[in-house]
Amino acid sequence: MKMSMREAINLTLHEEMARDNRVVIMGEDVASGQGGVYGVTAGLTEKFGVARVIDTPITESAIVGAAGGAALTGLRPVAELMFIDFLGVCLDQLLNQIAKFRYMFGGQARTPLVIRTMIGAGEGTGPQHSQILYSMLAAIPGIKVVTPSNAADAKGLLAEAIRQDDPVVFCEHKALYLSECDVPEGDYVIPFGKARTVVEGTDITLCGLSRMAVLAEQAAAELAAEGISAEVIDPRTLSPLDEESILASVSKTGRLVVVDESNPLCSMASEISGMVAEFGFDYLDAPVQRVTAPHTPVPATPCLEKDYVPSVADIVRAAKKALAY
Amino acid sequence: MDYSLNELTRAYRLMKTIREFEERIRSEYQQGKLPGFIHMYRNQEAIAVGACLDMTNDDYIASTHRGHGHCIAKGCELEGMMLELACKQDGLCNGKGGSMHIADMTKGMLGANAIVGGGPPIAAGAALTAKTLQTGGVSMAFIGDGASDQGTVAEALNLAVVLQLPMIFMYENNFYAEFTRNPKPEGRIAERAGAFGMPSVVVDGSDFFAVHAACREAIERGRNGGGPTAIEAVSARYYGHFEGDPQAYRDEAELRAQREAGDPLPHFLADPRTASLDVKTVAEVDAAIFAELDRTVELALAAADPTPEKLYTDVYVNYEGRAMQ
Repeated sequence: MKMSMREAINLTLHEEMARDNRVVIMGEDVASGQGGVYGVTAGLTEKFGVARVIDTPITESAIVGAAGGAALTGLRPVAELMFIDFLGVCLDQLLNQIAKFRYMFGGQARTPLVIRTMIGAGEGTGPQHSQILYSMLAAIPGIKVVTPSNAADAKGLLAEAIRQDDPVVFCEHKALYLSECDVPEGDYVIPFGKARTVVEGTDITLCGLSRMAVLAEQAAAELAAEGISAEVIDPRTLSPLDEESILASVSKTGRLVVVDESNPLCSMASEISGMVAEFGFDYLDAPVQRVTAPHTPVPATPCLEKDYVPSVADIVRAAKKALAY
Repeated sequence: MDYSLNELTRAYRLMKTIREFEERIRSEYQQGKLPGFIHMYRNQEAIAVGACLDMTNDDYIASTHRGHGHCIAKGCELEGMMLELACKQDGLCNGKGGSMHIADMTKGMLGANAIVGGGPPIAAGAALTAKTLQTGGVSMAFIGDGASDQGTVAEALNLAVVLQLPMIFMYENNFYAEFTRNPKPEGRIAERAGAFGMPSVVVDGSDFFAVHAACREAIERGRNGGGPTAIEAVSARYYGHFEGDPQAYRDEAELRAQREAGDPLPHFLADPRTASLDVKTVAEVDAAIFAELDRTVELALAAADPTPEKLYTDVYVNYEGRAMQ
């Protein structure tokens, strides 16, 4: 059935709450009003009641920390951190508490927690509501990081995130909420650590993360018009990362462009480039190209923001550079 | 309130166990036989025991870096604790937590915490579990006077009031935030908590009966849907911030007076309510404690370290990827 990513996430929340009464939703504005900034949790309160769809004050440390404590003791919370930028006011609970429960307690603990959060620029939301930050989270042992790029993946990955027993940060790119695709009906679960080959190709691999997988697909279409066969890979989860699929693609094409909306330093683009340099050196016919945002905050002004976010033209240019090497 | 001989013996045994456990580990630590940092709880024993005496394994506590007393009061076995403090494989946390992160999920002990103020949001989450699943359980966060200034504590206080969680904020005012005298007058911390909209009370932390009565009321309130309570228990810290801190910043005469006045054990035995607890019973309890400490110390020091592969285990429940191989 065709639906938007926002609708697919909403549907999955309905299905998982109906499936398991330990699943609770908590966060700012999730229950009352319109169901969050973009209506992603709309309708859940009517169906499941305020005992399981919990509006909280604006209190990110308490939202994330309490969700962690609830997960540790028998609930399966899906907490909403409205924008990933708000990690700045609650990181301790994720970094020092939740991520470490299982390890530092010697395997006694299970923390079946999902933190849904909005990421990304392109909507004019400025320096404190537009960041990516998933690279920082992927660097933390003990949590998993998921970045769906379309409605179908969002459904399958969210179902898996809710059903498995580790803490997951589920990163929803706000510029993808309205993008539509066919979504499988009924029980649909995508295991973590399995990349999706978006487009098959032979000349160059474009590895795009989150919304950048969509742009990479568009770039592949432009390249195809010029007779270049680009393969597009969407890792879908950043931790765990499907290194095998990326390496297999590079072994076939010999060239790699990583497209990541992160700031460049210590980004997933850097991680994937390093991984391929280490394990796929013999496959490479050209240096790995990283297409990222610049090392700046996200500007509010739309005229600069459009230059901040990697574009299809940037990807095409990087691909041609690799092909001309 | 009347106490049975059984209850009195239990309270005495727990307080005395905490006292002697710590004196013993202090001695072992000074001889270099225990690793890491340890933080002594002496003269605060009545707080942990008064707080936890009415709890079951379905009630939760979130502890602090000064957490040995909380563990023992909540029912953790000395053997597992001693092994953990020695960082051995068979410790409560397989040696990966140590003194500052010791936890026992089977006892509802959700962890010591090396982040000052880290525990209250987690305890709020455990209270949310109890409320949502209607277990009748309560959750208690132990909070030092230093931690009382952390934002996480304020957020947890507020969330507990807004969601009417079955939670107790158990402040332990020992006058020192690490190496600095806390300038707040006694009672200010309870007053602050009360300002969030919950009953709050100040008690003498060296008086088991005062602590226990306040906690009994708070626990009953939580179990009966009456929401959170704050208790400020005042008892001056006996030793330094951590073992090895010579407390050069404290006035010697004042410290001497505080040490004597704040010892909960003679208070307890001199109280008319403990008249049925005779000298012979006390001597038997003491002897059993010392024997158990001898046994567990010997066992812990001789026990096996975790094997090298344990470095990699229990980061996640499931994770497929090179990062964990």
